[in-house]
Amino acid sequence: MPDLIAKPALGAVAVTHAGCTLAEAAALTITALAPFPGQAAAVGAELGLAFPAPNTVSEGGAARLVWAGRDLAFLIGGAAPERLAALNGLAAVTDQSDAWVTLTLTGPPTVEVLARLVPLDLRGTARGQVFRTGLGHMPLVLIAEGADSFTLMTFRSMARTAWHEIEEAMVKVAARSF
Amino acid sequence: MRIDGKGRIDRTRPVTFTFDGRPYAGYRGDTLASALIANDVRVVGRSFKYHRPRGILTAGSEEPNALVEVVGPANQTPNTRATVQELFEGLVARSQNRWPSLSLDLLEVNDLAAPFLSAGFYYKTFMWPRRFWEGIYEPLIRRAAGLGRLSGKHDEGVYEKAWAHCDLLVIGAGPAGLMAALVAARAGADVILCDESAEMGGRLLSDEGQIDGMPAADWTAAVLAELASLPNLRLMPRTTVTGAYDDGTYGALERVGLHRSPRPNLPRECFWRIVAKRSILAAGALERGIAFQDNDRPGVMLAGSLATYLNRYGVSPGKRVALFANNGSVRATARSLKAAGVEVVAILDSRPDAPDEPGIPVHKGATVLRARGRMGLHSLSFAHEGRVHALEVDCLGVSGGWNPAVHLTCHRNGRPRWSDELAAFVPMEGAVPGMRVAGAAAGSFSTHACLASGAEAARESLAALGRDGGALDLPRAEDAPYRIAPLWTVPGKGRAWLDFANDVTVKDVTLAAQEGFRSVEHMKRYTTQGMAPDQGKSSNVAALAVLADATGRGIPETGTTTFRPPYTPVSIAAMGAGGRGAGFAPQRFLTSDQASRDRAAPMVEAGLWYRPSYFPKPQETTWREACDREVRMVRETVGVSDVSTLGKIDVQGPDAARFLDFVYSNTMSTLPVGKVRYGLMLREDGHVLDDGTCARLGAQHWLITTTTAAAGLVMRHLDFVHQAFCAGWQLRFVSVTEAWAQFAIAGPQARALVASALGRAPELGFMGCAPVTVQGVAGRLFRISFSGEEGYELAVPTRFGEALFRDLVARAETMGGGPYGMEALNVLRIEKGFITHAEIHGRVTAFDIGMEKMVSGKKDCIGKAAAMRPGMQGAARAQMVGLKPLSDDVITAGAHLFAQGVDLGRETSAGYVTSVGYSPTLHSHLALGFLANGRARHGETVRLVDRLRGVDVLCTVTSPVFHDPKGEKLRA
Amino acid sequence: MRLTCPLCGPRDRREFYYYGAAVYLDRPAADAPPEAWDEYLHLRDNPAGVTQDLWYHEQGCGSWLKVTRNTVTHEILAVDAVSAADAAEEAR
Repeated sequence: MPDLIAKPALGAVAVTHAGCTLAEAAALTITALAPFPGQAAAVGAELGLAFPAPNTVSEGGAARLVWAGRDLAFLIGGAAPERLAALNGLAAVTDQSDAWVTLTLTGPPTVEVLARLVPLDLRGTARGQVFRTGLGHMPLVLIAEGADSFTLMTFRSMARTAWHEIEEAMVKVAARSF
Repeated sequence: MRIDGKGRIDRTRPVTFTFDGRPYAGYRGDTLASALIANDVRVVGRSFKYHRPRGILTAGSEEPNALVEVVGPANQTPNTRATVQELFEGLVARSQNRWPSLSLDLLEVNDLAAPFLSAGFYYKTFMWPRRFWEGIYEPLIRRAAGLGRLSGKHDEGVYEKAWAHCDLLVIGAGPAGLMAALVAARAGADVILCDESAEMGGRLLSDEGQIDGMPAADWTAAVLAELASLPNLRLMPRTTVTGAYDDGTYGALERVGLHRSPRPNLPRECFWRIVAKRSILAAGALERGIAFQDNDRPGVMLAGSLATYLNRYGVSPGKRVALFANNGSVRATARSLKAAGVEVVAILDSRPDAPDEPGIPVHKGATVLRARGRMGLHSLSFAHEGRVHALEVDCLGVSGGWNPAVHLTCHRNGRPRWSDELAAFVPMEGAVPGMRVAGAAAGSFSTHACLASGAEAARESLAALGRDGGALDLPRAEDAPYRIAPLWTVPGKGRAWLDFANDVTVKDVTLAAQEGFRSVEHMKRYTTQGMAPDQGKSSNVAALAVLADATGRGIPETGTTTFRPPYTPVSIAAMGAGGRGAGFAPQRFLTSDQASRDRAAPMVEAGLWYRPSYFPKPQETTWREACDREVRMVRETVGVSDVSTLGKIDVQGPDAARFLDFVYSNTMSTLPVGKVRYGLMLREDGHVLDDGTCARLGAQHWLITTTTAAAGLVMRHLDFVHQAFCAGWQLRFVSVTEAWAQFAIAGPQARALVASALGRAPELGFMGCAPVTVQGVAGRLFRISFSGEEGYELAVPTRFGEALFRDLVARAETMGGGPYGMEALNVLRIEKGFITHAEIHGRVTAFDIGMEKMVSGKKDCIGKAAAMRPGMQGAARAQMVGLKPLSDDVITAGAHLFAQGVDLGRETSAGYVTSVGYSPTLHSHLALGFLANGRARHGETVRLVDRLRGVDVLCTVTSPVFHDPKGEKLRA
Repeated sequence: MRLTCPLCGPRDRREFYYYGAAVYLDRPAADAPPEAWDEYLHLRDNPAGVTQDLWYHEQGCGSWLKVTRNTVTHEILAVDAVSAADAAEEAR
């Protein structure tokens, strides 16, 4: 056990407004995998997961491989270190666990809330989809988890702003429904 | 007055409000305008220029006269259109542009001076004497200018911005829009239907027409009920589509909370960006007036608004009403009014062949000559068959025809087409890609034609979306032809108004033409016609008809001015929603943030980051004391500083070294594993882009750093170079800035502090790097220095950052050291001549900062070709130097450098100062700057002059490295 | 304005960073004459009509894009990744 105390990005308590809940997700291991030219399929094969096509997520067991940009995917959740070692020469592997704050937004008005901050049409999105976009001015990895449920990842240093802006949007949406 | 049994207001819900401090009563469903009419308030404002008493002219968003201030607890909103503002309990409204009161306005003297205030008055009058401008004319004009007042306070109201998406956006929910939405929604398309009114239906709510044998309002209700039940259709009432932008993006303003008492967190307005694959513009048509003498008297209104006030709001602005028209659209209004018990005295129809009207006198070929009644119409005179007649009326409804609402079709540079048949501009199809125009907006005026064109536009849009509109029996509705005989002005004496909002008369437009402002765009600017908040919605066409007449051209040749977004005014607060205060930009916080604030460190913004400026001690009263102490602390013992804001990029792959050689001016591929090298990046134009360090963590694994400010810029640059020039190379890089917290440990005791924190001595030579374990956590240690002392940077995963910072500071304090902030960090690097973006500001070359040797001759790199060009180096260029004042005087960044004895001037400036600081180490102010041929001028005395701040100091030119020039401490 | 990113799909222009003319892709050889570098760095056409410029999908996938568009009609004619490797990837 390390002597240094680990701190979460926010340590925030979940908030709910008009049926929409914002929460800080438990920190999972995030490993950035950037396959070298032509190696995407080989990377997937080593992990036993299809390397995700743009805007998609590959799932298998506790881990999932989330497309995160050009030639880039995030392996989220456990992956055996020896499996990552096998990627040597196939991909650039970088630990990003501490680089992102992960939030979840769930409940019926979620799409309406996100419409205040994200310039995408999120109606009808389904598990398996992911979007690289912006949360206002902040970078965003937006993972669709199912109906009215999303995981949001943005820069850890911007966590307070992200939380504040999302909650503001929730409060304004909630104020309309009376 | 209120008319019993009419209107769609809720008479079970009375509402009280005040106007100019007087209490009044209205009903839920009223607008402020209809409630004022119900209370027989005739004068609601004063005109902009002449301060003439004005009444309500229209019933819609095009209103030029009835602009009021709405006063709320947190807001004071000027120029609110009373015709749009819905009534709510406790509404407080005030008239504007009058002093001291609406009934007595002292600036009405302008009206008497009107002969002198014609078009171009300001241009002609305030030309001379020139010196009067600032002192006399401008304050005078400013006092009289402007419409409405701002509170002078921040708008504390809540606003919102949002996105919406759809297959088909239908703009306007009158007969055409409703029909289009119905057809499209039934076919399964994803539809948004916007209407600027609180209640959808458009003119179907104002007419007493029939659709499918039932009252139009009932048909509307049935359609709306069906639309509301469809999951694929979204109704957006109170939402005005204000702009049509590229690629199917539309701007729209929704009035969310403006129609009710303020409620916590409820936005006042929401500004929507609607992305639509297709759109149908069904915005209807706007009525226009006819200009005659004193046609701006309160009680003279657009005829169509009388029907709206009667049938929608159950009020009539007059008891004895006449109608003046050049077309047949007023007939239904006349019948409605008569049926409701309002006395319709006459229809003055300018068309000699106009039809009769049962029960109402029709004067064919008649024209109104003049309206009388300063504070409210009481009579008018009209010409009929060669004689002048008088008529006692308290309200005159005027219709000079209808202008299709073509505005949105012009937002992408489309020009409307003149229709002689309608005497109006009609939209050019295809002016906005993906947009169809239907109904009155397309010049189809009958109810049947609106329904038919709405359905047709929907079917065409569906086809473009790959959907089948299906068969649909059109509901039956009136299909009366629209007949108009153009009449713009009635010739005569006195002033006849075109633009009520900006007080532009027929004479003003004629004068503009006489004075050579023949182009419609010039006329507009000379007379200000169409430049008021209403953008001339009811006056533009008449004004250019007058201009066409005065210049002897036809209307199509005269053309029209450009309609630009927004269609109706949009508050800045709505467009900037969320952008106030902390919402302006994301705030980035360091892991050490709370620890720094615990020590009362003032935080300073560096890019988006918040960094500690200094760490004050209780006895210190100025920032300089703290800064000086922190500098001495680093020079004498040890200091700890959070440097996590530096950009960090992880580069991996067999071709990583090759890539770094390409993007850095110096060679990186020769660097051994476990070593760090300083690197310079150039822009392709040969100037310095950024500097930083390059650490080789493994044979194919590198970590490079960027300056805080340029982290995003460098990432973008590397992505470009990689994707544009060497995408096939075997390498990848990813930003890890956020993944690591990194702390600088500097000073003679740095090694001891690192040893204490790691539990073992760091065995690293200068510019070495190694993986380390920090109290059980895997980290990285770099021996690099930005202070000139022996320095280390210790990095751990971000989650451990706060704990490590507190730990390092506590250990430092036991050694006589402590944390240091940005101020000390800056002084330390100035003493050493280390550069920041103050020096590499975008116009300097490697040569200028004395690093020309870092542009390797052995390889190509980005920026090399340009850096080698003759003008990019040489004695003539300003080169980086140190500057040390001969006195104790303060020196400033931004000051210019001059040789002694020269006249001060732009052409004699020999350089400039980029960074300054007081060095407690050298007991002197110090500066870095750039001086022409500076490296050859060390020892020379130059004048440092900052005229803005009154600084004029003699300085010695030195090497930029003031402290430890040989770098012995660094390498210790 | 909207651009269709080859990877992410149609997106609002707020996600993109504008750089400059697509000429930047045609980098002269290191030993090319000064005239070639001058032209590459400083000389630009300003057409009323079809033009090509470079955009970066900064709030997106990080792709650099070559956008072919008409400056008069604002029509976007094509959006392509600047990297040839990408084209190969997509063709697969």
